[in-house]
Amino acid sequence: MARRPRPAEYPPQFDAREFVDEPSDPPDERIEVGILIVGAGPAGLACAIRIGQLVQESPELAERLGEVPVAVLEKGKQPGSHALSGAVVNPRSLRRLFRGEKRVADMPFYGEVEAEGVYFLRRDSALRIPTPPTMKNHGNYVASLSQLTRWLAEQAEEAGATVLPETAAEKLLVKDGRVVGVRTGDKGRGRFGERLPNFEPGSDILAKVTILCEGTQGHLTGVAIDTFGLEGESPQVWALGVKEVWKVAKPLRRVVHTMGWPLRPQKRFREFGGSFIYPMGEDMLTIGMVVGLDYRDADLSVHDLLQQLKTNPFVRKMLDGGERVGWGAKTIPEGGFVALPKRLHAPGLLLCGDGAGLVNVPALKGIHYAVESGLLAADAAAGALAPGRTPWTPGALGAYDDAVRESFIWSDLKEVRNMRQAFGRGFYMGGALAGAMTASKGKFPPGDHPTELDAESPAVRTDRRRRYPVPDGKLTFDKLSSVYLSGNRTRDDAPNHIRVRTDVPEEIAVMWEQMCPAQVYEAQDGHVEITPSNCVQCGAITAKGGRLTPPEGGSGPEYTLT
Amino acid sequence: MKIAVCVKEVPDAAVTKRIDPNTKRLDRSGEGALNHFDSQAVEEALKVKESGGDGEVVLVSMGPARALDSLRKALAMGADRAVLVSDDAAPGSDLVATSRALAAALEREGADLILFGQQSSDSDGAVLWAAVADRLRRPVISQVAELTIADGKVRGKRQTEFGYDVIEAPLPAIVAVSDAINEPRYPSLKGIMGAKKKPQETLSGSDLGLDAGTLGEQGSGTNVVALADPPARGDARKIEDDGSAADQIADFLAEKKLL
Amino acid sequence: MTVAVFLEHHEGELQKGSLGVLGKAASLGDDVVGVVLGSGVQELAARAGGFGAQKVYVADASELEAPLPQPRVDALAQLVREQGIDTVLFAASVLASDIAAGLAARLDAGLNWDLVDLAAQDGSLVGTRPALEDTVYADVGWTSDVKLALFRPGTFDPVESGGNAEVEEFTPSFEDFSTQATMVEQAHEESEGPSIEDADVIVAGGRGLGGPENFSLVEELAKALGGAVAATRAVVDAGWYPYSTQVGQTGRTVSPKLYVACGISGAIQHKVGMQGSGTVIAINKDPNAPIFEFCDLGVVGDLHEIVPKLTELVKQRKS
Repeated sequence: MARRPRPAEYPPQFDAREFVDEPSDPPDERIEVGILIVGAGPAGLACAIRIGQLVQESPELAERLGEVPVAVLEKGKQPGSHALSGAVVNPRSLRRLFRGEKRVADMPFYGEVEAEGVYFLRRDSALRIPTPPTMKNHGNYVASLSQLTRWLAEQAEEAGATVLPETAAEKLLVKDGRVVGVRTGDKGRGRFGERLPNFEPGSDILAKVTILCEGTQGHLTGVAIDTFGLEGESPQVWALGVKEVWKVAKPLRRVVHTMGWPLRPQKRFREFGGSFIYPMGEDMLTIGMVVGLDYRDADLSVHDLLQQLKTNPFVRKMLDGGERVGWGAKTIPEGGFVALPKRLHAPGLLLCGDGAGLVNVPALKGIHYAVESGLLAADAAAGALAPGRTPWTPGALGAYDDAVRESFIWSDLKEVRNMRQAFGRGFYMGGALAGAMTASKGKFPPGDHPTELDAESPAVRTDRRRRYPVPDGKLTFDKLSSVYLSGNRTRDDAPNHIRVRTDVPEEIAVMWEQMCPAQVYEAQDGHVEITPSNCVQCGAITAKGGRLTPPEGGSGPEYTLT
Repeated sequence: MKIAVCVKEVPDAAVTKRIDPNTKRLDRSGEGALNHFDSQAVEEALKVKESGGDGEVVLVSMGPARALDSLRKALAMGADRAVLVSDDAAPGSDLVATSRALAAALEREGADLILFGQQSSDSDGAVLWAAVADRLRRPVISQVAELTIADGKVRGKRQTEFGYDVIEAPLPAIVAVSDAINEPRYPSLKGIMGAKKKPQETLSGSDLGLDAGTLGEQGSGTNVVALADPPARGDARKIEDDGSAADQIADFLAEKKLL
Repeated sequence: MTVAVFLEHHEGELQKGSLGVLGKAASLGDDVVGVVLGSGVQELAARAGGFGAQKVYVADASELEAPLPQPRVDALAQLVREQGIDTVLFAASVLASDIAAGLAARLDAGLNWDLVDLAAQDGSLVGTRPALEDTVYADVGWTSDVKLALFRPGTFDPVESGGNAEVEEFTPSFEDFSTQATMVEQAHEESEGPSIEDADVIVAGGRGLGGPENFSLVEELAKALGGAVAATRAVVDAGWYPYSTQVGQTGRTVSPKLYVACGISGAIQHKVGMQGSGTVIAINKDPNAPIFEFCDLGVVGDLHEIVPKLTELVKQRKS
């Protein structure tokens, strides 16, 4: 039997050192800020808001941070353009952040979760199963992360933060062993990296503390973990989520999760995941498919599994008379507790949110951990800047790690560790293990389960594609229509930001082609054709053998409802 | 030399531009952005200022208060000042009302050169400059793909259906640039961070001596009566080539009087 | 109601677009007059009678020799006031758009542009214009005394009815500022074929062509039909054809009378650049190609065989 190729055997040309540098701009050109946050997502903006509060309370801190106390860099067109999640949000950290000044009623939520149901699907049926305790959502709110982010950005600006959209953080600036800031990406390069007439070089932004809140597959987060040796005990693994937003004729009145079809239960396929369907007010809902990227089937396309899912009668009924109005895709870190970096800080640097892997997989929650970690990072950074202290003496920012370990983030993640890894053994086995884990609050079964890198999964061709529905433009859609709906209008001559080998065996080429929800890769006669401008920066390629680097600031999707 | 650039904030939604069925006007409640064609005019103004050594680039716009956000992007590119005409009576202004308000603001500035972009992406209008020029009683050159200033005159290479004309006019003059003229610069981070500090002035109609009746729908000469879906394409015919496809196409063209 | 139609001319020829608008105006039933402005254009003016004008006003002056807008605003404004004209129609062009807008300011007259139709409804005039990349059609009207309209190029074909019109000369006076812009060098060379934005006919090629050398098939057909060549993003990305011909979301938007799509699948990124086209013909060997959802005639077949044959037939029928 022929050996099955693995994406990890075809590593792209990438070295983290390429993205680490010393500041090089002349002094009059460099930009200095107090605290630099990379990523205007829930973690970054919560951090910025908290710093704003602390600056108001402490004149010494205000003085120490200077004219621009906090700057938040965002690679998307604006905050929220690259934000995507289900989402059902636990509001506890947002309440803590705003300290009563803003209430849940002020936040752009789509309503409290009223009821929920979990279903096991077959092709033509849906069977209700008891809701696992980890998935109970009482007291939580449905949100569009993109909208919530937009709102948080407004609050951050009101709190005095400088938000800089269309700005990618490309390199970590390190001097004398400590992080002193980031270098932003160039703009105005052509397809082959050549300088176009309106070429604008990036800038060095220097700060006393740099806080990386980049979200899943954070570019500099990965560089930092590599540079400072922060790898956790187990490698990180990811799932790919592809979702749509629909205008619907009948309101959905509960939060729905499904398992089973169209994923295969047999262990050898390693298809872990399911779908979510959340109501968004009276006339919209969001439906998404999430699949772990350690699957084996080269012909598996999460985008098309979502299209398939919609043909199940139980699901289809919810969409009857409706219209697709939004689409997006993003990866979710699924390694959980055992994949967390061994430390969340380095001299001058803190790591927050999804970028650090702070996601509770069984509960499908990460946003409130992101917000909480942003809050704790702000407190730690301010603490390290108290009179007489500096943030770059080794361990000075260690207070952040201590705070995270004492918080509910840690205890929650610890309780559900291994849940995902258990599902690597197949749905039924995993289900049993998961039930045991929940019931025992993480104490049973004992032992930490090993994780394998997603790119280590061998690729196997199957005939699955025959079952993907032919797009009809009403219920089911093709990838290019989806990319269009993401608002992506990246210029065609932008440089290729994806590092990936193009001379790979057919199985790998097909795997990438099917994996990518945006049709960036096409398997053609023994090599891979790439259309980088389609990329919605979901991060799947990084999990499966390639490496995304930040494209030009402002490019990529322009999500509004995701 | 003082250069005024007329710019506009337009809805930016990459996908979901829509017309509000109640007002029958474009729904501007979503994201706004600087009209891309106007950023080309701003770029040209900056080039003129830079080649002349000194001068001032002033942005003049009409819109709601939040349009200042988009104006800041042009300030980040390097413009010096922004003037926004903003009035509750102004929404719904058509060409007649808009040109009136802009002309009043421009009159106040007394610029040597007034630039416009090729068109606006919201109304697909490519007419504003000629109306403003008439009100200011100054010469206008449109569709300029190349611009030079010398001896108090502006010379423009104008793109027409028949090729390029070269037209000259003494300053003060109004020029509308074509989209072939340049590729706008990306603002530097320093520019972006400094934009907030540049002077931004908001003027109401009465500041310009315009009463409410000359703005908005009242001051306009046109209206939108109704909205409809585009005419259906009619029955599409689909054929498989059996060797005669070319003939069938030719017949079809003749039938449609396209041949 | 007296309707005046601005008749643009170039190198001794009345422009087809203007004559088309003239025919449309005539079909609305009211008094229709043409307006010809220039230098040495008397004879030209009379020809307008054959296309729907009962009368043509002519202004012949050296200030009107060069195709510049502002002196024409003076002339038209004067004519409107003197003759009590209440509606002035233009076929859009670089020159006509500038004139119409200047006139709108001069007379505080409402101007609707990009119209594809005009009708009389309950005693008032209603125009139709596409909006939002031709996905919505709006009925627009006027609230001013004098109504001005610009029609999308190529909307109406001229209708030749024969006959000559009564020609009446008038002498415009010009504002000082109107003659300050001067023509230094006038364009007189036609570039090779229309640009894709001005073209009435476009033949477009996509990946189905198979290779850059097959663009010659597209070029030959375009030449035979008197149209321009366009390309999809995929083939421009692959370097088969220049970016200036790219139609689509990140390229140009076109709305010709005829769009022939060869080997184009019809992804939405392409569709949004050409969905306003009058008639769409698609040739593709994949029967499931999305383009078959939005064309008027879909042909499933091998374009390498069909296109050359079609080019021959077109050449034959045209001669």
